Amino acid sequence: MQPRILQIQQSVLSKNDELARGLRDRFTAAGVTTINVVSSPGSGKTLLLTKTIERLVARGYRVATLVGDLATDNDARRLAEAGAPVRQIVTGGNCHLEAHMIEEYLGDWDLKDYDFLFIENVGNLVCPSSYDLGEDFRIVILSVTEGEDKPLKYPPMFNSADLAVITKIDIAEAVEFNRDAAHASIQSVRPGMTILEVSAKTGEGVDVWVDTLIKRHEGT
Amino acid sequence: MHELSIAHSLVEVASKAALNADAGHVARVHLRLGLLAGVEKDALLFCYDIAAEGTVLEGSTLEIEELPVIVHCAACGVDTTLDTIQRFACGNCGALTGDIRQGKELSIDYLELETEDAAENIADSAERAE
Ligand SMILES: Nc1nc2c(ncn2[C@@H]2O[C@H](COP(=O)(O)OP(=O)(O)O)[C@@H](O)[C@H]2O)c(=O)[nH]1
Ligand SMILES: [Mg+2]
Ligand SMILES: [Zn+2]
Repeated sequence: MQPRILQIQQSVLSKNDELARGLRDRFTAAGVTTINVVSSPGSGKTLLLTKTIERLVARGYRVATLVGDLATDNDARRLAEAGAPVRQIVTGGNCHLEAHMIEEYLGDWDLKDYDFLFIENVGNLVCPSSYDLGEDFRIVILSVTEGEDKPLKYPPMFNSADLAVITKIDIAEAVEFNRDAAHASIQSVRPGMTILEVSAKTGEGVDVWVDTLIKRHEGT
Repeated sequence: MHELSIAHSLVEVASKAALNADAGHVARVHLRLGLLAGVEKDALLFCYDIAAEGTVLEGSTLEIEELPVIVHCAACGVDTTLDTIQRFACGNCGALTGDIRQGKELSIDYLELETEDAAENIADSAERAE
């Protein structure tokens, strides 16, 4: 006897994707540029965002930030010191952010009041790659201490990003960072991706990064 | 690991569809999984049984069809299948290309439903076991 078949053809993440589409429409309508920042734990997301927010605020841009953290509110407190509103998303052990969390934690923020919305994702190079948060740009961060071949170990994440930032270049020499190898492995999994190099400690490269964000904001 | 939350979403979508179609118990779920979807096949299989517990999918089998990445090459115009997702190069001319035509899929293709015969068999054997 033939088995009975029920055709489905539906994405497993259709609920998240639908919410993300709704968020993207809201961001676009409000004119806010939304940036989802992903990396391994400790790559320098929080420090780079803190410096970025300071500079954007100093240049008159209005910024808000959501930060996903497994357990503590340390990152939220550090980010708040940069002088712009921050909300912490308590993920309760969840290893990634999902669109419904963004929607919930945006709460009563009027998106029209902001030029940039940063989302610091949970430190993890696997899980966040599948979840669209409605962002305009996904930024993947790789620090010089992580090994130049890291992109080859996490192709889906690097491939899903729009721009790569190599952080902690102030200590590149000390850790014998091989710049060409790092660029080559990023290009291998995401041909054509723009790569910036920064040090959030010394400020090197941060202006170029901030200018890139502003250009993308004006382009959207 | 996010495969448990993926498995829960999978079960939610599939069981809703089964209930809407008044389909009864599901025997098999056919999933299309692209190699760039960021989901580990074995981990998903491992989590599936747990996620299916207490639903119309309980005891069903998850069949996963893995889809390789296909890229289109602007240089030579040919679509080729990547040997490895560590290198996005055209299989025809070797040029790097990020123009993905397949490989991000994470979608339920179709369900195989338990036929009434099969359901009766299960009920019979359950009775015999008692
Ligand atoms: N030397 C150096 N250390 C950095 C830099 N950026 C971050 N760090 C340090 O790396 C550690 C982790 O940074 P953090 O921003 O918390 O990383 P996150 O987990 O990705 O948010 C902290 O001790 C930072 O002070 C940098 O550009 N240079
Ligand atoms: Mg952080
Ligand atoms: Zn080619």
